[in-house]
Amino acid sequence: MKITVRYFALLRERVGHESEVLVWDDTEPTVGRLRSHLAARLPALGAILCEGTLLVAVNREYAAAATVLKDGDEVALFPPVTGG
Amino acid sequence: MEALGEKARVQREPFDAAAELIRVKATSRRIGGVVLFVGIVRDFSQGRGVTKILFEHFPGMAETKLGELRDAAIERFGLIDLVVVHRCGELEPGDDIVLIAAAAEHRAAAFEGCAWCIDELKRLVPIWKREQGADGAIWLEEHP
Repeated sequence: MKITVRYFALLRERVGHESEVLVWDDTEPTVGRLRSHLAARLPALGAILCEGTLLVAVNREYAAAATVLKDGDEVALFPPVTGG
Repeated sequence: MEALGEKARVQREPFDAAAELIRVKATSRRIGGVVLFVGIVRDFSQGRGVTKILFEHFPGMAETKLGELRDAAIERFGLIDLVVVHRCGELEPGDDIVLIAAAAEHRAAAFEGCAWCIDELKRLVPIWKREQGADGAIWLEEHP
């Protein structure tokens, strides 16, 4: 399936781009497994992608590691927010 | 009155705090008090001088979260109205960052609703700041 992955702030700078369309298939397509997949693909970013404080939004709503993904979803990964 | 835009919004341009206050007051004659919070860029943060701050936001999600925050604050504190505006882009010391105007029948709800709203905004709304100082730029990792 196709997942659009978006990165923000420090993570965007580290990854080097704002977004990508990922073709990814998994027997258990969860947010947690997607993060592991990305970390394995980008070893230099493994630590930051596995960071417990990293936030995930699926289709612009906060999501947990167990959230199941479907074809066409947008997954945003970003550091803790620091607005205000 | 001129159009001021959505009551929960992100914008690049400066906001007019006096105009926002007038608009909130105009919502209802039952309003007995408005608490106005304006967050401002400081020239010093975490032990270093700050020359500017870049605010990055997640377009779409940031506005949605501000709207949900506004609805939740009104519901939770029985507010009559609330306006929340956050700026994006590059700001300098002295520039306004965020405005919250909480209107209620009595002051207690207005103070509490306004304080809750800025605390929740800092916890939930996808906006990040990168502080530029004489010794380089850093993304903040916590929100004091």
